Amino acid sequence: MLSRTADHLFWMARYMERAENTARILDVTYRLSLLPQNGEEVEAMWSGMLKIMELQDAYLAKHPAYSTEAVLEFMIFDRDNPGSIYRCLRATRENAHAVRGTLTSELWETSNETWLKMRDFTVAKLLESGPGAFFEWVKYRSHLSRGVTIGTMLQDEALRFIRLGTFLERADNTARILEVKYLNLLPGADEEQAHATDYYQWSALLQSVSAFEVYRKVYRDQITPLRVAELLVLRADMPRSLARSMKEVHSNLTRVSNARSAETERLAGELESHLRFGRIERIFEGGFRKYLEDFRDRIFDLGCRISDDFLIPTSS
Amino acid sequence: MAITKFFNEMTADDGSVRAHYAGYAAWLSETPADRIARKRAEADSLFHRYGITFAVYGEESGTERLIPFDIIPRIIPAQEWKSLEAGLRQRVKALNSFIHDIYHDQEILKAGHIPAEQVLNNAQYRPEMQGVNVPCDIYAAIAGVDVVRAGAGEFYVLEDNLRVPSGVSYMLEDRRMMMRLFPELFARHRVAPVEHYPDMLLHTLRSLAPVGVTDPTVVVLTPGAYNSAYFEHAFLAQQMGVELVEGQDLFVSEDQVFMRTTQGPRRVDVIYRRVDDDFLDPKYFRKDSMLGVPGLLDAYRAGRVTVSNAIGTGVADDKSIYPYVPEMIRFYLGEEPILNNVPTYMCRKPEDLAYTLAHLPELVVKEVHGAGGYGMLVGPASTKEQIETFRKYLIANPEKYIAQPTLALSNCPTFVESGIAPRHLDLRPFVLSGTEVQMVPGGLTRVALREGSLVVNSSQGGGTKDTWVLEA
Repeated sequence: MLSRTADHLFWMARYMERAENTARILDVTYRLSLLPQNGEEVEAMWSGMLKIMELQDAYLAKHPAYSTEAVLEFMIFDRDNPGSIYRCLRATRENAHAVRGTLTSELWETSNETWLKMRDFTVAKLLESGPGAFFEWVKYRSHLSRGVTIGTMLQDEALRFIRLGTFLERADNTARILEVKYLNLLPGADEEQAHATDYYQWSALLQSVSAFEVYRKVYRDQITPLRVAELLVLRADMPRSLARSMKEVHSNLTRVSNARSAETERLAGELESHLRFGRIERIFEGGFRKYLEDFRDRIFDLGCRISDDFLIPTSS
Repeated sequence: MAITKFFNEMTADDGSVRAHYAGYAAWLSETPADRIARKRAEADSLFHRYGITFAVYGEESGTERLIPFDIIPRIIPAQEWKSLEAGLRQRVKALNSFIHDIYHDQEILKAGHIPAEQVLNNAQYRPEMQGVNVPCDIYAAIAGVDVVRAGAGEFYVLEDNLRVPSGVSYMLEDRRMMMRLFPELFARHRVAPVEHYPDMLLHTLRSLAPVGVTDPTVVVLTPGAYNSAYFEHAFLAQQMGVELVEGQDLFVSEDQVFMRTTQGPRRVDVIYRRVDDDFLDPKYFRKDSMLGVPGLLDAYRAGRVTVSNAIGTGVADDKSIYPYVPEMIRFYLGEEPILNNVPTYMCRKPEDLAYTLAHLPELVVKEVHGAGGYGMLVGPASTKEQIETFRKYLIANPEKYIAQPTLALSNCPTFVESGIAPRHLDLRPFVLSGTEVQMVPGGLTRVALREGSLVVNSSQGGGTKDTWVLEA
């Protein structure tokens, strides 16, 4: 298929996934901000989240202080913020529009409809019904888009690049969601025991990645940070985990393999194997936060390589 | 010339419903108004959801609008279509012969039927094409001929669009919409199908592949997602199952065109291009074009790729050449034209200019190279100031204009804010020429939604209707 087409499909999927995960991160942070605590803690929570999303500077350029309303507006509606849900859904739709002929009409219409509806949302409407309903809506539009993709697209290269975009983005985003939780710890602090008693924070984190019931089912025990990390990092049967995401990245990559992609495939395979055979205790020994940062760097590198190998090849 | 009476497609002068509209009129009168209102709203929301839109130039970039769709179809009886179709085939055949002749022996010029300078000094004439042979001698593989009905009901050709005519996707989507909204109407009428147009188009394009290529790779070349007709480009590529490419996706190596794919370069044999000549190849035409492919003309002239429509077809659909089409039909085919031409005053001729200036309030004045309903004067619908402005243009650059009598375009009942009222319309049937000439019955009907307006272009607030050719 055309490299440009593959590029649009890849980014269409990444932006939809990013919109969904942004909604998830906002949702969990918003819910935590409602727990009894002082104003400073709430501010620290929002600033930590923005830092992990690498949007702190952009936010501070526009807003003097951290407040729930201002952050929500910035992260949902701000047209100048490339990470806002508004911008993600617009980019999803623009990429879909550029290759609408390659998509099934149902998939294109789903993306177009999502965007048309997004334009109708306003801050006032959002606050009136509560942000939770909006985050639900974003998640469901993403579910719908993924379902329509799998339910209607031919299983050819186009689908592979869409899936590649989805899981590469998810791998990055899940790592960020975990980092939000660990951000406020001092280096060298006992990460394993930190906040161990803070049931609400951990359960909110699990809920944000739809893993609360899954956790109960898998561990049948109380919630501990180590197990939460294991579930979201190493369990390949957990659909939003790093292991699952990398498994999908690797398998989709091998199926679009071309003459120049061998090294990219090897790196993806290597990362997948680490996750498949890794132990959470060992990961914590080396520092969990550092592990997550390294992981995201490698995801970033993979993204660049996929782009060079398939999406923007140089002439002939 | 005062306009008093218009031919009404649905009702005869005595107020009775024409036979071919009887079934529809009966349905309309027995269908509750609220059901129709609901269906009209549904059509709007479906068009939005499907993203069947067009971009409007001059507005904020990326602005997309719906083309209003009217649910009252334009119905053409079988017999009438038969003669219209014969006339269109005849016309397009002659036009293809003319373009071939112009880029080869120029016999029509030698015979003195058309002044040579009219053709050779025309900006649309491409000297680069002189002596180049194209497959099947077909230049305008896809033609969209604008036809109107005027006076007592006779058809006139208003314009031959031989470069990158658009609108066929609306023809297809209008039909799909009507069938979805009102299936019962199709059970009551024998409406000739049009859905096979993309198949026919693919067949035509494949038949024009370079000599020696047995299984050609066809692509649609678009200027990109911000072009006003992008929806159509994507639609046709998808319906034909071929790649939709932009200039940046293609490159030329040793006179062969390739596209950049995830599996490396892949050869391209036939390009259905929706990019104007000027932008096709920055090496030969506009140097600043980002939409084209450097070296495309070399590959084309070497016969290694087919570009459809051919480069240089604009010389035949120019408004200054239009008056000579009947002559072409006689010259190349030895036949009398079946369809009428509109009498045309060529303002470059002093006597025609004098006539035009003396009759501006009655005439339609068009720019010779204009398109899309931009830059024209409809005398009877214009203010004194507008007429005087055009008078100045005409005196300053007479060669840039032609004038025609204002045709009393036929009208058809149409839903408007105040209810159902007659609105003027035209018809753009599409003629495909490859190893054979093919058409689907009907075409795109455009309707001027403003009361009294004679301009049907979507860029000027026109809408569309489904077009039914009834089978006998």
